[in-house]
Amino acid sequence: MAEAALRFRNDDPVEEPAVTLDAFIEQTSASAVRIEAGDDPRRLIPHLGRVKLVEVGFPRFRDGRGFSTARVLREAGYDGEIRAEGDILVDLIFFMRRCGFDSFAPQAPLGRADVDAALSRYDYVYQHAADGAVPIWKLRHG
Amino acid sequence: MYEYDRYDQAMVDARVEDFRDQTRRRIAGELTEDQFKPLRLKNGLYLQLHAYMLRVAIPYGTFNSRQMRKLADIARKYDRGYGHFTTRQNIQYNWIKLEEAPDLLAELATVEMHAIQTSGESIRNISADQYAGAAADEICDPRPWAELLRQATTFHPEFSYLPRKFKIAVISSKEDRAALRWHDCALRIVRNEAGEEGFEVYAGGGMGRTPFIAYKIRDFLPSGQIFSYLQAILRVWNMHARRDNIHKQRMKILVHDLGEEEFRRQVEEQFEHFLTLGTDFPQAEYDRIAAFFAPPPFETGLSDDIDLSDPDFALWVDRQVIAHKAPGYAIANISLKPVGGIPGDISAEQMERVADLAERYSFDEIRATHAQNLVLPHVRKADLYAVWQALDAAGLADANLDLVTDIIACPGLDYCSLANARSIPIAQKIAQRFADAERQRDIGELKIKISGCINACGHHHAGQIGILGVDRKGTENYQLLLGGSGAEDTSQAKITGPGFDEEGIVDAVERTIERYRELRTDGERFLDTYRRVGMDPFKEAIYG
Ligand code: HEM
Ligand code: SF4
Repeated sequence: MAEAALRFRNDDPVEEPAVTLDAFIEQTSASAVRIEAGDDPRRLIPHLGRVKLVEVGFPRFRDGRGFSTARVLREAGYDGEIRAEGDILVDLIFFMRRCGFDSFAPQAPLGRADVDAALSRYDYVYQHAADGAVPIWKLRHG
Repeated sequence: MYEYDRYDQAMVDARVEDFRDQTRRRIAGELTEDQFKPLRLKNGLYLQLHAYMLRVAIPYGTFNSRQMRKLADIARKYDRGYGHFTTRQNIQYNWIKLEEAPDLLAELATVEMHAIQTSGESIRNISADQYAGAAADEICDPRPWAELLRQATTFHPEFSYLPRKFKIAVISSKEDRAALRWHDCALRIVRNEAGEEGFEVYAGGGMGRTPFIAYKIRDFLPSGQIFSYLQAILRVWNMHARRDNIHKQRMKILVHDLGEEEFRRQVEEQFEHFLTLGTDFPQAEYDRIAAFFAPPPFETGLSDDIDLSDPDFALWVDRQVIAHKAPGYAIANISLKPVGGIPGDISAEQMERVADLAERYSFDEIRATHAQNLVLPHVRKADLYAVWQALDAAGLADANLDLVTDIIACPGLDYCSLANARSIPIAQKIAQRFADAERQRDIGELKIKISGCINACGHHHAGQIGILGVDRKGTENYQLLLGGSGAEDTSQAKITGPGFDEEGIVDAVERTIERYRELRTDGERFLDTYRRVGMDPFKEAIYG
């Protein structure tokens, strides 16, 4: 399991190794699971009660399947850690945060200043997502 | 027309700075070209054969004189004095320098324009009927929905790294002027029996190397639920679609592989889920947007008479002018297809003349069409003569709408690094062959569409006559296709047989057309004749 280089949570990081989705569903004692691009995250939903960490793999940064994975889990009410691991560019972080990722283990290190700039560049958003940001239409209509 | 408020403006301004930073990191070597490519593509910047090309969004094809003048300034300052209108109602510049692109975008932002999501694997600029708000046959103006969806799909966090591009079109009439079912997601506004507005939804269309006509997946979707439904479609595709072969990642392939039924079932299941999340925009926001598209203050009591005593003007009116919903008004089409010109090209000076005319005679509105022409949507019939004279003086008064010289062509080998063959010179040669105005009128409606490679940017699959450039043992070769349509009678063109060289393809087009003239019955268009008699008589004429 990759260690999170960037974390937006206050609780202690989970130390347990993340197992594959199949293994997680079988091993009822596991609490960390890794979801690969192409796995159906909805299979995890019946087991969310014991999940403490979900690691989502990004094999290539252009592969955006993991964005849906995070949202599906947040929409199912999961509020534990969701970590993005793999080919992660600074330009993805803002969207990833909006989809519910709250920790990051990028293959190549990200500059903290670049991350901060990317996260603060857009003051507004047009649509609801998993981050609770208020969409522009709501600001318009109070 | 829609106007930005401070939020919309803040979004495009932030995007300019975002892109400026990405460009800086690329120039400084912090980003590799591989990393930069998808980022620049999300902002419409392609690398072509000779320079960068920038595609600027014209949302749903509607813009005003101030924006057109800015496009002209940009053509002069950053390009070589030209712009190029595309088949998706956008405009492209072909000679852009990377280091200048951020400044260009900053200038666009001053007139509420941008290049956001005009290329790359994103939800693209949404296209719509070019006669929206003016057409006599529309149920309502489709543009408020297009604008609402523009906002809803801009920087959508879940759907910004899609498997491939995703193109949406919206119309609200029976007649299809937007090549609706050639889009990934196609929306037609309809009324149900209770008189409520909703969408007929089609999914899985697209051209490229594996063309598909979109399937209808919903007869009636209540309009207020469109964003939920769209997100459902996108999530099904985003989670499922293969990522191992760039040529198989368009949604059309997934719809085809899963089958229409199963795709629809999964979308409906996700849709139920999205409805529970409350992400749809409220009626109040639709109303706010729709107010910007209220009809302009049309004068009443105007005469419908047009003085047609000038024969050249009469020919132009006959071809370029379309019925308007308001009495005394007309829709005037401006041809960007002069014989011998480059389809869709327009000079900075011409842009300014069109801007002047829009301001003076068309309630400050201009439209771009997917056939690479322009429209003045709201012209008083009494002003048509003055408009025509001004267009004539600007070299924009060709009367060839939907005729054999009104050709759609992609940039082809003259610009594009993916091309197998040139498209522009073929369009020019065909237009020259049929330059005679009398001959064009005699042939009647005939839509020729030319692509320089299998990617089909020139819509050859939808051409009544389509031409596809291929590479045959290192030389340019052209295949001929017949019978396509991008209108409400959508169909896919079929290949006639072996290809031709550059001269041969022009001859083959001419033989096809001559055979049509022999075979047609009264009032029959080329496409009607083809559908009635089939391919064989044409093959015989072409291959002898
Ligand atoms: C020169 C730069 C261009 C490049 C590199 C390029 C590249 C491509 C590629 C790779 C495809 C196939 C997409 C797919 O099958 O998924 C495509 C399709 C398309 N392009 Fe372009 N293109 C260029 C210019 C243009 C221009 C100038 C236009 C408009 C005149 C245009 C309009 C389209 C359209 C309408 C399609 C078909 C959409 C569909 O498959 O449904 N492209 N382009
Ligand atoms: S059809 Fe091919 S040659 Fe023409 S613009 Fe598209 S990619 Fe280039």
